Amino acid sequence: MLVTEKNALTAEIEKLIAVHGSGREALLPILQQVQIRHGHISDFGQQEIARLLDIHPVEVYGVITFYSFLSTEPKGRNIIRLCRTISCDLAGKDAIIRTLEREIGVRFGETTTDKKYTLEFANCMGMCDQGPAMLINDEVFTHLTPQRIADILKNRA
Amino acid sequence: MERKGIVLFDTAMHGNGLAEALKKTRQDIVMEVRESGLKGRGGAGFPTGTKWMLASAAMADKKFVVCNADEGEPGTFKDRVLLDEYAELVFEGMAIAGYTIGAQTGFLYLRGEYRYLLAKLEGVLEKMRADHRLGENVCGKDFTFDIHIRLGSGAYVCGEETALIESLEGHRGEARNRPPFPVNTGYMGYPTTVNNVETFASVAVILSKGAEWYKQIGTDKSAGSKLVSVSGDCEKPGVYEIPFGMSIAELLEMVGAKDTKAVQVGGASGTCVPKSEFGRKVAFEDVSTGGSVIVFNESRDMLHVLKNFMEFFVEESCGQCTPCRIGNIKLLDGVEKIEKGECSMRYLNELMQLGQSMQVASKCGLGQSSPSPFLSILTHFQHEIFSQR
Repeated sequence: MLVTEKNALTAEIEKLIAVHGSGREALLPILQQVQIRHGHISDFGQQEIARLLDIHPVEVYGVITFYSFLSTEPKGRNIIRLCRTISCDLAGKDAIIRTLEREIGVRFGETTTDKKYTLEFANCMGMCDQGPAMLINDEVFTHLTPQRIADILKNRA
Repeated sequence: MERKGIVLFDTAMHGNGLAEALKKTRQDIVMEVRESGLKGRGGAGFPTGTKWMLASAAMADKKFVVCNADEGEPGTFKDRVLLDEYAELVFEGMAIAGYTIGAQTGFLYLRGEYRYLLAKLEGVLEKMRADHRLGENVCGKDFTFDIHIRLGSGAYVCGEETALIESLEGHRGEARNRPPFPVNTGYMGYPTTVNNVETFASVAVILSKGAEWYKQIGTDKSAGSKLVSVSGDCEKPGVYEIPFGMSIAELLEMVGAKDTKAVQVGGASGTCVPKSEFGRKVAFEDVSTGGSVIVFNESRDMLHVLKNFMEFFVEESCGQCTPCRIGNIKLLDGVEKIEKGECSMRYLNELMQLGQSMQVASKCGLGQSSPSPFLSILTHFQHEIFSQR
């Protein structure tokens, strides 16, 4: 990481602290914002957040690894989370798994080399009446079919 | 989409619960909620009036109201619909709770998967502040209350109230020992009431229409209505509002389910009800549910269903206590053995005993209820499952 990038990240974390406060309860909102903007929370980012909140870096690492939407490793710009829980399973999620792996060219749990996509499973996301369902970042897609997957992926940056 | 319902899904019933509540004394509201017989809608069914009475009796200079919108139980999506379509009712219920227990701050803990609702909900809060239904001097009274939205980050266990509070405080979402209960030692150590989204919405209606009216709906022991999220093998999946006491057979008829073999009521941590028991009723005293109803037709393999549930629990166990962390892995391993035809009856009985131990020895609700699908599916469908392998 370049020194200028490090300085920029520190400044960004300082700005987030100005909004969310510097108490321990601000940790999760700050981590969520860094995750959204950078796709992960780097070692340096973890140390800076710990320093500015005056807690041990291990505490920060512990929290990140507990929550499935936070990550210490870089993820793709589009994180696809397919629901694998029972209602979406009954609605045919297995065919959607195969479609996504074929269309994107990586397996579930992996990220494409160009960092465009990450394929993950999610547990029940509350779209059980409209399954199979998936999230791409914050956006929900329901009633998935192989054809619909192709249409959804067509215009992604 | 037009919704039909008797309490929450009938906007004519909504009235003005917050303004009505603020005309009453705190004790009167506690009495009214206790009188209504309202029980927690998240699934555990603790009487809401009692919880508020304990929180209001606790002595502290600060108190908090938390709305549990970490709706993660497989097959549950009623809170999503409530927040999407009737958020004002939920926020009014939170303000009523704040007034009753003496809190000035409320948190809506929204699961990360529902982040797309955030902008809309913030808009609703802004509108309510502009209407003086939140903020300083709510409805012209000497009462200040505001609501902040906090997001979860994908952890099922955070739906457990003490784990949720840990998460709000910026920690790993690991459940605490109870007692002390959150009504005495909750968020930041201050008295806190944690209630479900549907509970808050119900309170707002109860305060506008009265406990007497509310009590007439439902059964003697389960007053009022329940939102159920129906998914699986039926023609019309979705959220329905039913009076407590409706039988499972009636429910299946309503949603257009045919050739039904079994119904999973209460999600992964609920119980599996076979066809022979479809006469049972949805109520706290019979088949209790937080709102999830998953329908399986004759073509479904119940072992496949069970495997899906056990994979869910293995992934979502927080790992803090041994019965849940190891027990769920053992149960999943057992399911895989059954699948391959390698599980002896003797080993199955040992697994059933392990499940019963987990129910008593686990620290929080997740671990205590995680063996439920294993025990109920392998009790009701043992013959079917083993005769195929």
